[in-house]
Amino acid sequence: MPEREKLIEIKDLQITFGSGRKKFVAVDHVNFDIYKGETFSLVGESGSGKTTIGRAITRINPVSAGEILFKGQRISGRISKELDREVIKKCQMIFQDPMASLNERAKVDYIVSEGLINFRLYKDEEDRKRKVEEALREVGLLPEFASRFPHEFSGGQRQRIGIARALIMEPEFVVADEPISALDVSIRAQVLNLLNRLKASRGLTYLFIAHDLSVVRFISDRIAVIHKGRIVELAEAEELFLHPLHPYTKALLSAVPIPDPELEKKKKLVVYDPTMHDYSTDQPIWEEILPGHFIYGNKKELEGYRREINA
Amino acid sequence: MGKQPLLSAKDIEIQFSLRGNILKAIRKCSLDLYEGETLAIVGESGSGKSVFTKSFLGMLDANGSITGGSIMYEGVDIAKYKTEKEWLTIRGKKISMVMQDPMTSLNPLKKIGKQIEESLTLNQGLRGEAAKKEAIEMLKKVGIPDPERRANQYPHEFSGGMRQRVVIAIAVACRPQILICDEPTTALDVTIQAQILDLIRALQKELNMTVIYITHDLGVVANVADRVAVMYAGQIVEYGTVNEIFYNAWHPYTWALLSSLPQLGVKGEDLPTIDGTPPNLFFEVKGDAFAPRNRQALAIDFEEEPPYFEVSETHRAKTWYLDPRAPRIEQPDSIKRLREQMAKAR
Repeated sequence: MPEREKLIEIKDLQITFGSGRKKFVAVDHVNFDIYKGETFSLVGESGSGKTTIGRAITRINPVSAGEILFKGQRISGRISKELDREVIKKCQMIFQDPMASLNERAKVDYIVSEGLINFRLYKDEEDRKRKVEEALREVGLLPEFASRFPHEFSGGQRQRIGIARALIMEPEFVVADEPISALDVSIRAQVLNLLNRLKASRGLTYLFIAHDLSVVRFISDRIAVIHKGRIVELAEAEELFLHPLHPYTKALLSAVPIPDPELEKKKKLVVYDPTMHDYSTDQPIWEEILPGHFIYGNKKELEGYRREINA
Repeated sequence: MGKQPLLSAKDIEIQFSLRGNILKAIRKCSLDLYEGETLAIVGESGSGKSVFTKSFLGMLDANGSITGGSIMYEGVDIAKYKTEKEWLTIRGKKISMVMQDPMTSLNPLKKIGKQIEESLTLNQGLRGEAAKKEAIEMLKKVGIPDPERRANQYPHEFSGGMRQRVVIAIAVACRPQILICDEPTTALDVTIQAQILDLIRALQKELNMTVIYITHDLGVVANVADRVAVMYAGQIVEYGTVNEIFYNAWHPYTWALLSSLPQLGVKGEDLPTIDGTPPNLFFEVKGDAFAPRNRQALAIDFEEEPPYFEVSETHRAKTWYLDPRAPRIEQPDSIKRLREQMAKAR
């Protein structure tokens, strides 16, 4: 693979909540890089820690061990105030539920420009208005929507407002946390298209968090599957769909409903049982089993996976 | 089908009054439900799929009412029911409902066992020990491990999937004839979703129920349904067996729904989308409600409402495309290719 610029590097990341007896390890030993200009997807069920990772990158959740690098600079833990501001500006987030993530009491104008106001990123009132207008246009909304309140909009439009709010900061990196799971089927396609178009026109890099593998295939370059705070498999999107190796990936893939009655009724559901791994003596490692295809397993399992590849 | 329908809704009209305006949520909707089948109703939010099925249980909001049509069930027109007392002879006993969000449909202050007993006491007159035993039996039936202990816990001690199992246990506790599942899996993870669908299917067999699914996920539809009805702007625009809808759909709205599936996307290209928004039902809709969003709409679509045209004995579509006088319109390629593409996607 040619050397590509790494935008985000995550090294041995661990995130815990609580302390002492109540300590809970949400994310453990997570390693991955996100290259500039790609869409990297994190897939897993609820409680797997996927959102926590996204929030750690945007500095919402503190990191308990390991590092996160942004353009080669450490952005986890204690950092200078200037860098903190820089990260907040350059790494934006799109939230899952557009019904809950917009301030009901503020007008769209304020919601979209809140970041600008916090960072004084505009010359004068006119400049701010112009920027809001531009951001709204870019996500396919009309500029006059700026004077309305969120409750006047449908779910799809509200999600667009959420996207405009992220875009106005001119970020390089966007964490999209299940941006379409709360939307209707017909609107999902529109929002996905919008995200894809923005990626092309602005050269954005996405971390896309989802629980539905079917959506992820269409938009992502690489996919990481996360289970109970650990990434179990990471590969290019097509590779992961064609040659899933880890039993959990297989289970996830089999659970996705296929919109085709004949295939769907014949489909066999794979159930993942985490107790199948015996890690008592043989410790598991994070191994690049094929170029670009990583998997988590111990020696015995890796041998099995290798046989599967050659078969 | 020569069979007698179990429930037959005819020309149902439902109106809501909102701040003095009349919203026609359901505009002459007809549906036959046959015993033992699984019917899926699909459509986007606001198409009226929930409202339509809620009218079978008398669960419309206070500002809404059935203003026309009939719902024949067991020889009685239940659309004429007015009082809560009348509805209680049906609701929960013969027809029951599983709601979308298991996080909000359980009472957080009551133990799980008690919530199931409540339904048993109300509908079957079971009390005390007998009700308790039956409640635990129900929990076992829906696959909750260690039911004796779990019956004594509160909803917050359950995960989302487990809670949905409890909601299902409550709904089927009185062995209803018809179970309506209103987006039973949208709030759940894919892996849990598959389990819940399996559970509903097993219960349907065991208790001999007829199931109506309300959903916008076509994957779920393909999994569970025998027949599918597609709803748009308060009307059923097309219905047929699941294979007829997926492989030989005729209504342009069904086409649009099927081709906007992300599974069919090609990387680097835009997904096909449906332009515009559904019509505002505060106003009278003229012609075919979908016409303004249909790039291939015919002139007559804007003038006159199409009737149902028969595609096959079980398959009908409400579109002028099927009129013998209409110009020859081909199904879009994406629909023809659907089967190949899905096979490849595996």
